Amino acid sequence: MTSALGRLRALAVPLVLALMFLGSGQSAFAFDAEMVSGLLSEEASDKADAIEKIVASGDPTTLGLLAALRDGTLRVTPDKKLFIKERGVLKDAISGADLEAEPDESEKVTINNRLRSQVDSAIAGLRIFSKDAKERLVAAKAIEPSIDTLPMLSKALAAETDAKVREVLRLAEASAKLQSPDVAQQLAAIESLAASTDPKVRTQLQALTSPPSGTETPEAAKVRTAAVEAVAAIERRLAMYDIVGRLFTGVSLGSILLLVALGLAITYGLLGVINMAHGEMLMIGAYATYLTQQVFRSHFPDHIDWYLVCAVPVSFAIAAAIGMLLERTVIRWLYGRPLETLLATWGISLFLIQLVRQVFGAQNVEVANPSWMSGGIELTNLVLPYNRIVIIGFSAAVLLLVWLMLTRTRLGLFIRGVTQNRTMASCVGVPTGKVDLMAFGLGSGIGGLAGCALSQIGNVGPDLGQSYIIDSFMVVVLGGVGQLLGTVYAALGLGVVAKFLEPFIGAVPTKILILVLIIAFIQKRPQGLFALKGRSVES
Amino acid sequence: MTTFTIPGREPLFSGKGWAALLAFLLASVVLVPVLFLAVPESSPFHLSAYFVTLIGKIMCYCVVAVAMNLIWGYTGILSLGHGVFFALGGYAFGMYLMRMIGREGQYQSDLPDFMVFLDWKAYPWYWSFTDQFWYSALLVVLVPGLLAFVFGYFAFRSRIKGVYFSIITQALTFAFMLLFFRNDTGFGGNNGFTDFKRILGFRISDPGTRATLFAITALYLAGCLVLTRALIRSKYGRVLTAIRDSESRLMFSGYNPLWFKLSVWTLSGVLCGIAGALYVPQVGIINPSEMSPANSIEIAIWVAVGGRGTLLGPILGAGIVNGAKSFFTQSFPEYWLFFLGILFVVVTLFLPKGVAGWIASRKSGDKT
Repeated sequence: MTSALGRLRALAVPLVLALMFLGSGQSAFAFDAEMVSGLLSEEASDKADAIEKIVASGDPTTLGLLAALRDGTLRVTPDKKLFIKERGVLKDAISGADLEAEPDESEKVTINNRLRSQVDSAIAGLRIFSKDAKERLVAAKAIEPSIDTLPMLSKALAAETDAKVREVLRLAEASAKLQSPDVAQQLAAIESLAASTDPKVRTQLQALTSPPSGTETPEAAKVRTAAVEAVAAIERRLAMYDIVGRLFTGVSLGSILLLVALGLAITYGLLGVINMAHGEMLMIGAYATYLTQQVFRSHFPDHIDWYLVCAVPVSFAIAAAIGMLLERTVIRWLYGRPLETLLATWGISLFLIQLVRQVFGAQNVEVANPSWMSGGIELTNLVLPYNRIVIIGFSAAVLLLVWLMLTRTRLGLFIRGVTQNRTMASCVGVPTGKVDLMAFGLGSGIGGLAGCALSQIGNVGPDLGQSYIIDSFMVVVLGGVGQLLGTVYAALGLGVVAKFLEPFIGAVPTKILILVLIIAFIQKRPQGLFALKGRSVES
Repeated sequence: MTTFTIPGREPLFSGKGWAALLAFLLASVVLVPVLFLAVPESSPFHLSAYFVTLIGKIMCYCVVAVAMNLIWGYTGILSLGHGVFFALGGYAFGMYLMRMIGREGQYQSDLPDFMVFLDWKAYPWYWSFTDQFWYSALLVVLVPGLLAFVFGYFAFRSRIKGVYFSIITQALTFAFMLLFFRNDTGFGGNNGFTDFKRILGFRISDPGTRATLFAITALYLAGCLVLTRALIRSKYGRVLTAIRDSESRLMFSGYNPLWFKLSVWTLSGVLCGIAGALYVPQVGIINPSEMSPANSIEIAIWVAVGGRGTLLGPILGAGIVNGAKSFFTQSFPEYWLFFLGILFVVVTLFLPKGVAGWIASRKSGDKT
């Protein structure tokens, strides 16, 4: 091992030489058959010398040869011609030209483990000058910044055109400069590193902040103060990103809770019944999304990316239809007996779970993100995934639609009327039975939409609904009924509070603490955040 | 809602009732132990250990159903979190049983295996004194009782009722389940407590110990029944039914329902806790799944199937549902949830008074 490391060190010097060539703009490399002839020797040390020579040429075109050497695809003919045979394709190892016929006789150029690690580091060093920006990025990240690699990093940085790679190289160069004995260089490095958010950089700077045991030279003191300031700056920035990140995940969780609780709140406000089967409406919505995806896969594979758009109305329609069916067959007969309705809907939920298990199997089914939803917005070390962003937007859109429906349509007027005073609404001719049916369908349909959204961020299985349902009950309890705003505040509030507490006390204590907070809260406001006022409320 | 005769004038039990109670006690305290211990295994009258354990377990569930009936059937408060009291009682007594394993665990340590596994060096503070039987027995009563009291006080004080109360109790048991699933909580995480060896010096697997536990459970069940009956026919019980039927009218009559609700709620929790403590040594395991919301809702369906607000209904319901569960999970495991789901719907739709109410209406229907 140690000797391998020693060789790595030794590599650095010829690399630097190679960079001189690069820097002076010379494009002609001394890469020829003579240079690689050492590879054909039986002696490992000759091979090592040859590799060093190749690296010293600094020629990125030698990458193919080195990779072939590493992968064991480099072959040699008896008349000492090198060629590469990879998956049946033959190439001349020096010129890279295609060979038409495979030579009659050839043997593999073998290397031992020590040479292999030498080749590996040579490849990494050369890659940073590759033509492919992606490859350069990988190489730039792989290079360990140190005083030995500093010249290489500087040269690479000077030649670099891609902004992303530049940034990585700039940081790496600065990190390497930190280890330089020159105080001015160190200070410059600290200054440029202070703008970074990389936790690794922070650790590196932190190492410079500890005061020495003996007396400190004025220069060292300067460096140390600069480092302390830089660390503080980085920590401030990291803390800010942390808050942004938590806010985002909190809002994301809140928007999911909102989607789940919205339908629940409507039916609860209207019928005074918590629909325990609401979680299964989510599950049905998610499975409807899955089915839509399968239909697209088999019939319209060219438009697979748009299956989700089609799944939105499908999941709404299926969940709404099942909800209305349940209202007609079971819930209708239990009006005025809320506790029994609770149990009956729980029974329905057990039934539906088992039904889905029988039809689709107990395993999770695979629902893929459309390609336009994968990935995310990168803010240095914080990634905001597109699927979460889409869901936040989606729940805002659903909320808007529900609000418009409740305030601008005749059905919405009826629903609000029955929620406020069923008897009086009935007296003035509102068909309460029909309103109940429609509202239950609406609530279930929104549940289906929530399921469609959940299928994009989690597993789709028969138990999908169970994992969100208790939290969404809490949203309804906290938000109160009769006004959408209560549900919105409660959902977003619970989501954000949970995500801010979690890092400090863990996920489970957070759940318990939130329950305690809710119970404490309803001491003050037994009807939730927004209660309906008036004589009709207390029965 | 219900027509009732003035209970205070009735005797505690009719002659038939006393006879039935006596017969039950004789059967469980004398007959079952004799058939289990004394009758040789070859005899057709011999009872197997499996059977005795199963019945003992179901009797524990019956007590839970009776406690649930007290709060739901008579007072009209549906709890979807009674499993938490049952499990806490079980855990409290399980701590004693774990201490009694001594060095017989797999790691031959003074600490229970799961603590060795977590590399803990000493018992956490809340395990102190649990090696004393009397202290554990006290915990069995105090822990569920205290939780019920504190939770109930805040819930009833702010007049949370109906569906609201139900789903908050559900969240309560859910939160406790998550808490007990954690290894750091110090109650064995996923696996809970198991592998018990001895209780008060007797080996737990001895037939004699089993028979004794069985008899104690039967006595306890009978005691709970008598207590329920005595409560319900008292003035206190009449206030409870008044809360169920019309709480606001009761308040207008000058009663404060808080203390009535709170006391019967706490009592119900304590009864469940003791049932849990009797359950653990017989079944030999307690784990957090006992606190799952589904389990607690099942308790409600026992009572609903048997008949709410009837004395024997809950026992009938717990027996029927658990019998069906044993049958289904052995013969048609995939249909158990279908059956249970349909049972919930059918009972609430067609049997609002449960089997006991149905039988009673059939009887009175025949007479007229």
